[in-house]
Amino acid sequence: MNKELTKYYSAGHSACAGCGFPAIVRTVLGELKTDVVIANATGCLEVTSTLYPYSAWKAPYIHNAFENAAATISGVERAYEALKKKGKISKNKKIKFVAFGGDGGTYDIGLQSLSGALERGHNFLYVCYDNGGYMNTGNQRSSATPYGAFTETTPTGKESFGKIETRKNLMEIVNAHRIGYLAQANVAYLTDLKKKAKKALETDGPSFLLVFSPCTNNWKFPTSQYVNVGKLATETNFWPLYEIENGEHKLNFEPKKITPVTEFLKTQGRFKHLFKVENKPHLEEIQKLVNEEFARIANLCEE
Amino acid sequence: MNKKNKKLALTGGAAAAEALKQIEIDVMPIYPITPQTTIIETYAGFEANGEVETEIIKVESEHSAMSAAIGASSAGARTATATSSQGLALMHEVLYIASGFRLPIMMLVSARALASPINIHGDHSDVMGCRDSGWIQLFCENAQEVYDKTIIGMKLAEKVKLPIMVIMDGFNTSHSVENLEILETKVVQEFVGEYKAISPLLDTDNPVTYGAVALQNSYFEFRIDQEEAMKNAEEEYEKIAVEYEKISGRKYSIFEEYRLEDAEKIMVLTGSAAGTAKVIVDKLREAGEKVGILKINLFRPFPHKKIAESLKNAKEIIVLDRAQSIGTYPPFYSEIINSLYGNGRDAKFCVSTGREIKSYVYGLGGRDIFQKQIEDVFAGKIEGGYIK
Repeated sequence: MNKELTKYYSAGHSACAGCGFPAIVRTVLGELKTDVVIANATGCLEVTSTLYPYSAWKAPYIHNAFENAAATISGVERAYEALKKKGKISKNKKIKFVAFGGDGGTYDIGLQSLSGALERGHNFLYVCYDNGGYMNTGNQRSSATPYGAFTETTPTGKESFGKIETRKNLMEIVNAHRIGYLAQANVAYLTDLKKKAKKALETDGPSFLLVFSPCTNNWKFPTSQYVNVGKLATETNFWPLYEIENGEHKLNFEPKKITPVTEFLKTQGRFKHLFKVENKPHLEEIQKLVNEEFARIANLCEE
Repeated sequence: MNKKNKKLALTGGAAAAEALKQIEIDVMPIYPITPQTTIIETYAGFEANGEVETEIIKVESEHSAMSAAIGASSAGARTATATSSQGLALMHEVLYIASGFRLPIMMLVSARALASPINIHGDHSDVMGCRDSGWIQLFCENAQEVYDKTIIGMKLAEKVKLPIMVIMDGFNTSHSVENLEILETKVVQEFVGEYKAISPLLDTDNPVTYGAVALQNSYFEFRIDQEEAMKNAEEEYEKIAVEYEKISGRKYSIFEEYRLEDAEKIMVLTGSAAGTAKVIVDKLREAGEKVGILKINLFRPFPHKKIAESLKNAKEIIVLDRAQSIGTYPPFYSEIINSLYGNGRDAKFCVSTGREIKSYVYGLGGRDIFQKQIEDVFAGKIEGGYIK
């Protein structure tokens, strides 16, 4: 494999074929201009990269628990400042601090820890790879799971069409901390992700990336299709690409023609039930939600 | 006494902060909870006056305080924090990660009752709730001990690579002002030494992975290693305490034997109540009664063998716990029974006899214990297992 790509995260990890996050991790870390220390919340990325006595990490790496990647990196980052002050680390040694977490570890159980670290203003980048559920434990719903999706804790049935709640808007929550840079990206748009990672890593203080990460296993699509699934998410405006830099919103991708969200939904088994006649209103609801959210973001970008 | 030593009037909390200042803590994540706040407020005052270079992280919960402490310690920084009660309970999950990583984190605990009902006053329920978490636990009787044992504890933790709780009684010790002797900072620093972490995260030229997955083929061995390290802490504590005696003149054995030489009735307890009990022992001794006290200092690791030896001639043993273990015997009592009746792994020191070994629970939720009650306990006048 390409040596540059595997500089920090090597080949030989055990993530599923067709998983989105290896490309996210490599693309983000590929933009580093300094040394790095990585923190990782419990989740797929962690379990598939650190099975003792092996480790896929070629940079210093710490996995503490599920909900505390941001608090953990806070401690590492302050230790760096403390030891620099004492002359135990050279003042010229620049280190960037990067935390990775899935949506469960970020939107849900790790939200408080993330909020605390953002508020305190540590010099770190937090990357949330969002695969819309607790995939490491076998596909349970999180607050990032889309409306109507089948998961093991929102199963479909006589009385159920899947998840009844809409997704939590994490970008809005993170933006409320008024950090210098945050962006929504997608593993299917690596050039865009690369640009955003560069900006995020160059930010002095906290920065945040929310990256769409298709899950072949639990969204139920063939392993060869993750890029296509990702592309359709953005082309249908289900997952708009945008960034907020010093408070300024900017849309990074505007589809030439609007593709109906059903084109994205029909690629995945988790939405299969929505195409039954009786669930038509739910499909219409999803299209409505997508239109409203895209209009809201586009509006902010125009201001 | 060294003329350069200072006599100060401090609370137990402030005494702990003074020791941390002299040790030179690199990183200190803090979060307020009564009755621990005297520690972090005093320390924040040092920061405000430029007396310390510590990076204080004012986190948003105790869970994050311990999580950040784990990050800082893994990074290679000498790290401390402090907590009580619900805060310690909230940290519970990550306590095991700190000890699993073998990080020498110093945590001052101002021991307090657990909810519900909520109660902010002292007892040992909180620290007993994490007695199996792989942390060294060292109890203190008064503010002087808090100061001294923070210094001893830091050196011990870094020597055996295990995290340590230095425990004082909430309010009784944390908020009571006492006169104590403070060593010269230079002497403290020479004693504790410079902290050199093994494989810190910040050594980016030699990357390491912390927090790996270990399955059926390796997890067990990690746990055995922790047990070995903890056993080793007993011997190391003794060596360090001897060294500390040389610089301070104060002796802190693994447990304190107070007038035990020919004692027939021995009371086992710890914390601030030990001070009260000593007064009664002195009084009873004057009246010719052969009574004494075995005061627990080091609770984890528990020195079973040495305690069995110390108690072997006692005709009656009275164990006072400031915590329950609901559904079974209280924590100290169980340990004393284990000591006297052998532990399965080293039955050689089994010294069981038909002696009476009594269990009492006292002081829950900050309930005072009085000299008269201790006297009554020695006289066998209190029934029912509770000193209310």
